[in-house]
Amino acid sequence: MRLLPCGAGAILAEYDSLSEVMAVDDALRRSGLDGIDDVIPAARTVLVTYHHVDRAALEMLLVPAETALRPEGPIVEIPVVYDGIDLDEVSEGTGLSIELVIATHSATVYSAAFLGFTPGWAYLVGLPATLHLPRRSTPRTAITAGSVAIANEFTGVYPTVSPGGWHLLGHTTERMFDVDRDKPSLVMAGDRVKFVRT
Amino acid sequence: MIEIVNQGIGSSFQDLGRFGCTHLGVGRSGAADRPSHRLANRLVGNAESCTTIETCGGLTVRLHDSAVVAVTGARGTIDVRYGRPMAVNGVEHTPAGAELTLRSPEEGMRYYLAIRGGIEIDHVLGSSSFDTLAGLGPQLSTGARIAIGADPRTPIVTDAGVRLPLEPLLHISDGPRRDWFTDEAWLRLTTEPFVVSASGNRVGARLIGRPLERVRIRELLSEGLVEGAIQVPPDGQPIVMLADHPVTGGYPVIAVVASDDLPSVVQARPGSTLRFRQTSG
Repeated sequence: MRLLPCGAGAILAEYDSLSEVMAVDDALRRSGLDGIDDVIPAARTVLVTYHHVDRAALEMLLVPAETALRPEGPIVEIPVVYDGIDLDEVSEGTGLSIELVIATHSATVYSAAFLGFTPGWAYLVGLPATLHLPRRSTPRTAITAGSVAIANEFTGVYPTVSPGGWHLLGHTTERMFDVDRDKPSLVMAGDRVKFVRT
Repeated sequence: MIEIVNQGIGSSFQDLGRFGCTHLGVGRSGAADRPSHRLANRLVGNAESCTTIETCGGLTVRLHDSAVVAVTGARGTIDVRYGRPMAVNGVEHTPAGAELTLRSPEEGMRYYLAIRGGIEIDHVLGSSSFDTLAGLGPQLSTGARIAIGADPRTPIVTDAGVRLPLEPLLHISDGPRRDWFTDEAWLRLTTEPFVVSASGNRVGARLIGRPLERVRIRELLSEGLVEGAIQVPPDGQPIVMLADHPVTGGYPVIAVVASDDLPSVVQARPGSTLRFRQTSG
């Protein structure tokens, strides 16, 4: 773990793995440490913003516990039509047939590590290593809402029209984010996600 | 009740922001220049959390009832039809039917209009702020009629206005990825002028200067961002994160602007110059 400076009211802790991030995020949320404004977990980091804080207590919480894994949340099923414009490219990049790309992607149960980027955007982990590809070198300026995509160790669904550099495998008609629902984000951190081919 | 006769440019409802929603991927948003938003509310005796209208000018509002209003932030001319002329950072009692037009600012970028009683607009996820990045919150558009809250029965206190420096000096401290940049890049950032680009917005102020070069060119995995973070994309031109910044970002952050200095960035006009100075510690 490395502590990195981030202005007067924040600290960024960096870790070697996402499971450490998830453990620390969990520990921070359960600690109820006074003065913390926000905890923002990401792929390898946890950002903590605070108003006033017992710095020694905070730094102790930022050390990941050995085996603390987040309990498994409910399974959210997301129907997907695998008609993405990057299927050919992904097939070429991974050396798998398009059929195998789709079969692999839809056979896995993913786990939502954290939300970020835009409202309702959940970073889902558990993508088999055979599908790991770097982001596209040039991001697209507009990706349709509901696009199902992969990049690096993650898969996810674009909740709204936004720019993006992930590889598009297909689309869903599910609304990933809707402020008028009791649960605005369809997927929350800790949930498990299954893509169902339709 | 008030009526938006002309929505003008970059106008939105804002309050102090949306808290506790980053777990949904929703950031704080809120008035980009918070001290000016707070001042506008204090001038009319409102709680600082009351909704104001943030605008870059061209906004015309009709006040259907007599009202107490204040405009803060940028400096410019405020035309009042059917009422007395008014000045920025003043308090004005306007008669029923008065129409205020905030002309394009002469100094600064964003005005804040507060009305005694507060603007009563629906909250989304606990805030009336319109987040331009997320497209979230109540929209302000021409023709809308909005209720004003009851008189808060508070005294009105006069207050010091926020004075905008012509060439702001912004205090910065190390960002989490300062070591991704060359020593030369840090020297440039802390000694050379940066010009404010016209392509900035409420998400971030884009600056133009000699490029800030990296030592490490590998891809950064997205990480949490704070307001005031100076992100540097591959072209080496810094972006200062403002009110509607994304919750996470994928470019390295070289430095963080002190929160007290952020209003100067928010109000800096395209073409104007900013300078950065390192704070100790």
